[in-house]
Amino acid sequence: MGAIAEGLWRVLELDRELWHIVVLSLEVSFSAVLIATALGLPLGALLAVKRFAGRRTAIVLLNALMGLPPVVVGLLIYLLLSRAGPLGELGLLFTPGAMIIAQSVLVLPIIAALARQALEDAWREYEEQLRSLGARELEAAFTLIWDARFSLVTAVLAGLGRAAAEVGAVMIVGGNIDGVTRVMTTAIALETSKGDLPLALGLGFVLIAIVLAVSAAAQLVKEAAQRRYG
Amino acid sequence: MSASILPLTLENVSYASNGQPIISNISLSIDAEPSTIILGANGAGKSVLMRLMHGLLTPTAGRVRWNESDGASLRRRQAMVFQRPVMLRRSALANVVYALAVAGVGGDEREAQALAALDEVGLRHLARRPARVLSGGEQQRLALARAWALHPEVLFLDEPTANLDPGAVREIETVIKAFDAAGTKIVMATHNLAQARRLGDEVIYLQAGRVMERAPIEQFFACPATAEAAAFMKGESPWV
Repeated sequence: MGAIAEGLWRVLELDRELWHIVVLSLEVSFSAVLIATALGLPLGALLAVKRFAGRRTAIVLLNALMGLPPVVVGLLIYLLLSRAGPLGELGLLFTPGAMIIAQSVLVLPIIAALARQALEDAWREYEEQLRSLGARELEAAFTLIWDARFSLVTAVLAGLGRAAAEVGAVMIVGGNIDGVTRVMTTAIALETSKGDLPLALGLGFVLIAIVLAVSAAAQLVKEAAQRRYG
Repeated sequence: MSASILPLTLENVSYASNGQPIISNISLSIDAEPSTIILGANGAGKSVLMRLMHGLLTPTAGRVRWNESDGASLRRRQAMVFQRPVMLRRSALANVVYALAVAGVGGDEREAQALAALDEVGLRHLARRPARVLSGGEQQRLALARAWALHPEVLFLDEPTANLDPGAVREIETVIKAFDAAGTKIVMATHNLAQARRLGDEVIYLQAGRVMERAPIEQFFACPATAEAAAFMKGESPWV
């Protein structure tokens, strides 16, 4: 307990360096989730609504991609962004930008696959009505996203959980550079290996507290909105 | 765009689901004038027949033909109200506005037209209420407003009062009669004889996916031509 308290205290002391780590973590993970949501919800909705050859294969593939190992994604993005790689000229490697890209790639399949499942259930209810009104597939897809918005909160939260918790991808493409690309998870890994367990634990608790707070806030908003709109 | 999308013609239309025949070799023509009641017991194929007419299902054999070849125009000029209406998770007004937007009505006209449609069914005072918290009868009237806002030539109604209490049934029927009087062709499926008499001009009697009989309403009730229709009316009457 002493170690936990000490770690928490050191984090809460408003040590500038530590706060920088916390803020950067949030920036990276929230940006990645934002990008993955913007792309993943329409993708999931189209998979739910559109009937085309190879749809089942696409769904199986998407579901499998939910389990992408972060280190592998990190490695692939690393190769793309490395100086000799196809996107090397952008100079993104070892920047927060690279970390956002890597986490977006990790989170996108999670949000798209969970959205696809939720929206397919909604589509069963809505299909005849929307087709009767004359909605085209793309219109129907966006209508579903808006109407199922409360169920989609869970998909987005799952994505956020994944982004906030992963260490492998950001470690590889970010490099865990002090003051530049060090985030909570990479800092925890580093402090643990250096033997500074109190600090590692303190950061761990901050991380858990943030994820918990976001989840609780989302649930409250969802419940209030659901009461209002039925 | 042709003058009218009617008549609607079914030529040897059959529909099977998982090898089970549901509609068997139906040929008929639906004309503009009388309101048509599709009568039959549960499972006779009424809903499937209406969905085939409305274009939500494609026949496994035969052809459904309208007097209009442009698909978008055809969709725009007919509407359907389902037994259990699906309300979008937004206000009553926004539900009607949505239908108008999908049909391509310009942005600045939608709200006025939607309010007029809500007026028509007596729901204007609930325009801002979320549609999903309305009562069953109100939701069905909203579904009618949503269909009516588009001023369809043909309105399909699939047992629109099946789950409603008598008061709500009366309100719905009043609205349907008003649409009929305004010149919209009504095609309604029901198994309720009294309702068929109140709203219909002619009856298409369906049994096991086949048309057994088609007759003007008074004639059908006075002396049904087939034993099947007579038996159905005898069985159905005690609950009317």
